[in-house]
Amino acid sequence: MWAVFRKEINVFFTSLTGFVVIGVFLIVLGLIMWVFPEYSVLNYNYATLEQLFTIAPMVFLFLIPAICMRSFSEERQTGTLEILFTKPLSTWDIILGKYFGAIFLVILSLLPTILYYYTLYQLGSPVGNIDGGEVVGSYIGLFLLSAIFVAIAIFSSVLSRNQIVAFLLAALLCFTIFWGFSFISTIPVFLGSLDEIIQKFGIDYHYRAISQGVVDTRDLLYFVSAICIFLVLTQYLLKLQRK
Amino acid sequence: MSIVVNELTKYYGAQSAIDSLSFEIRGGEIVGLLGPNGAGKTTTMKILAGYIEDFQGEAKIAGLNVRQEALAVKRLLGYLPEHNPLYLDMYVREYLEFIRSIFGTNGSGPQVEHIIEETGLSKECHKKIGALSKGYRQRVGLAQALINNPEILILDEPTSGLDPNQLVEIRQLIRRLGEEKTVIFSSHIMQEVQALCDRVIILNKGKIVADERIDQIDRLLHPGTIVVVEFDRDIEPESITVPKLTNVKKLSTGRFQLAFAGKSDQRREVFDYAVSRKIRILEMRQEKSSIEDVFQVLTK
Repeated sequence: MWAVFRKEINVFFTSLTGFVVIGVFLIVLGLIMWVFPEYSVLNYNYATLEQLFTIAPMVFLFLIPAICMRSFSEERQTGTLEILFTKPLSTWDIILGKYFGAIFLVILSLLPTILYYYTLYQLGSPVGNIDGGEVVGSYIGLFLLSAIFVAIAIFSSVLSRNQIVAFLLAALLCFTIFWGFSFISTIPVFLGSLDEIIQKFGIDYHYRAISQGVVDTRDLLYFVSAICIFLVLTQYLLKLQRK
Repeated sequence: MSIVVNELTKYYGAQSAIDSLSFEIRGGEIVGLLGPNGAGKTTTMKILAGYIEDFQGEAKIAGLNVRQEALAVKRLLGYLPEHNPLYLDMYVREYLEFIRSIFGTNGSGPQVEHIIEETGLSKECHKKIGALSKGYRQRVGLAQALINNPEILILDEPTSGLDPNQLVEIRQLIRRLGEEKTVIFSSHIMQEVQALCDRVIILNKGKIVADERIDQIDRLLHPGTIVVVEFDRDIEPESITVPKLTNVKKLSTGRFQLAFAGKSDQRREVFDYAVSRKIRILEMRQEKSSIEDVFQVLTK
């Protein structure tokens, strides 16, 4: 698995994808958090990272499918998947190598935002007047959310040899699973009866719960199961395609 | 290390790609897999290399079952897939180091440098694979197959699309490798198979139609001897009477192909016959059927 993991990381940074992804993520977030007056923390007058955690999922919605769209579709297109499958690697070695490779890139892009936290910590009046628990919870939430997005995007890249199709499928699936269920729950038929249950299927519900600083095992279980479901589906599809 | 294949069958939907294939390859043999497109060569190789897992029958490599002990089998193998897929964005050395790292650093295989040298990639190893010519890419493909110092090499059309010089170089490399390894390779080029192989297996429509040592291949078509003779005038084929003659085929005016039973040279008898009938011989030669003839007849 680690051989595939290292290869993925190398490819990210030799093909510049890694730098572009981290660059785009930080520029978009930086502009929204510190520059655009409407959202800027400096105009908001509260020491909070709320904007970061609201905007980041939207940026990830595009960036993660962009990172992962090539992972299996390109390998199938060029035939290199046959090389991997005929080396002493299990299907899980290949899937997890690619999965953790993308997760590593996501973590790398999140790490510099800790500087934002430090800045707000210093800007707070008095210094340090910021809800640390909420920030830690939100980071955990954001990490878990991106972990699901990566699993979805990897799954989508097995569905098509065409990278653009894989990208669009991944973005659509991520959007549906993140916000879709919340939207469906607002349909009048479900109001008052099924709306909460429907909401619980979506990432949004659990992400907001964790972002409040309460890391509940039920939410954790949701994230872990969603990741497992998509990775197992990926493995199943890969097996089918090798027939 | 041997390869044993028993009743191997693979269906794609209702269509069979290979049908009850059975053969055995002993350690140190170089075996050519021949057949028209769609005969099942690639499918057979993909099963042996562990890429296709869904098949009927049994395949064993060095006594290990390809299906049940897939990872152990893959450690012993070197496999070059058809069309030689490569990561074009990677550097040659980087790619080979990646493949080697799959086998773990404590593998007993030769170092990447040794393989680069052996496959003649020393001058190109700092380049991106995408920047290499087809011949060098083929070497990179071979190098990745050799990186674990495999006992068994499976090469699916290793020479397709190469120019004549590259062809000679790659063939020399395969011949050198075949001195100590078991090699099974597929090809469309008959002369190549004749030049490289100890043995040839010809497939047609998923079945084995011939499995012979290369020096015995001509026996498949004509169990006896063939003499082609041209007389200075046309005669009736039925009038030719030579001992051991089994069949006469008229090729053109005055030109005949004579088939004889047995392996002895019958040209003297044909000469004596011509002298007795006062016919002049313009040309006469004993013919061996080429592998092309065998291939064409068997896979028609």
